[in-house]
Amino acid sequence: MTDMALLIEPVIPALRRYARALVRDRAEADDLVQDCLERVVGRWSQRRQDADARTWMFSILHNLAISRHRQARRRGPHLDMDAVEPSALTEPPAQEARVRHGELLKALDALPADQRALLLLVGVEGLSYAEAAVVLGVPIGTVMSRLSRGRDRLAEMMESGVQRTPLRRVK
Amino acid sequence: MTPLRPIAETDLHAYVDGALDGRREEEVRAYLEEHADIAARVRVYASQRDALREAWGPVANEPIPAELDLQRIVERARRPMPSWRIAAAVVTMLAVGGASGWLARGLSEPASSGVAALAREAADSYRVYAADPRRPVEIGPAGRADLVSWVSARLGSPVSAPDLSKAGYRFIGGRLVSTPHGAAAMFIYDGADGARLAVMVRPMAVERNTRMSERREGELGGVSWADRGMGYSLVGPASPHALHPLANDLRRQLDRPVVD
Repeated sequence: MTDMALLIEPVIPALRRYARALVRDRAEADDLVQDCLERVVGRWSQRRQDADARTWMFSILHNLAISRHRQARRRGPHLDMDAVEPSALTEPPAQEARVRHGELLKALDALPADQRALLLLVGVEGLSYAEAAVVLGVPIGTVMSRLSRGRDRLAEMMESGVQRTPLRRVK
Repeated sequence: MTPLRPIAETDLHAYVDGALDGRREEEVRAYLEEHADIAARVRVYASQRDALREAWGPVANEPIPAELDLQRIVERARRPMPSWRIAAAVVTMLAVGGASGWLARGLSEPASSGVAALAREAADSYRVYAADPRRPVEIGPAGRADLVSWVSARLGSPVSAPDLSKAGYRFIGGRLVSTPHGAAAMFIYDGADGARLAVMVRPMAVERNTRMSERREGELGGVSWADRGMGYSLVGPASPHALHPLANDLRRQLDRPVVD
């Protein structure tokens, strides 16, 4: 129990952060993390001993988020980001940030889901390319090209101003 | 400084992410010093990343909510059949049933045959017999063997009284009940939390093999199925969903004694 707790507990804040960035809604994000932790605890003995615990936990969370997102899409329209106050999502920045947060978050949301996930995993969570490849289940070369495309797209959108109607496409 | 290999787009990103080895990092830095436009682009990538970190960083500093407490999750994972869940569902359903027209819901779906009919009959019998505080059973737990041979003879098929003690339900006996499709056996169980469950068994003429289905019959929940010509229905004052794990256990037990 203690061994397991020592490996799991320090990762929980990062899991919450990744979940929140993906789904935006606080309660929904924590639900996702709870599901994830239940699975992690339930399958702890089945995980590969050589696998990094943090990467494994992120993989579970990511897969849960993807399958829920698909369900939500089947059920109907997704949350419109225009309806969400950026200030309600995070602490407001103390001063004018280099990039305006609201615009940035809208642009991020307009990215394809796989690019968005990668920008968060590598940029915010600090996962290595190899770890991100495991989480997303793609080769490392794909991680690198996707990251490059995602960042360019984000830069383009920030430059031109984000389109008012966010496009959400999975592919 | 001329790089050994030409600088690639992916090198620029790896540079931003600190993912290059020392030598390559030097090469990229030198390259950027010579190419101001590319260097500006790399600064944009870095500022994007910093802005995302700033936007989501505070989430990681929030105190962890109670429902994500690892100790709690571990404890819950170790408890196999939470009888408190049934107890909680009883409370909820009684409240819902009392407050609205839920009692009438099961009645609006007429079912004269098959597993749907079985589920209705089980709920009806539950209300008349199992819910009776004074004499719910015809034969008590001491007469288990008598009860089994009696109902088996009347149903014309070998029947056994399932054991739900692992889930915390004590066998208190059983009886024969009447249905529009003939005699049925009903076995009754008491939970430590006060919830009473009943298992009804009778031969099936129409749907001889069906998968488990969950139904609500007014304030009662039920899980019913048919296996090789015998129909089974587990009924109790809980949501069908909460009863389902118990029904799975029942089916495993009932699988064995039935003779083809």
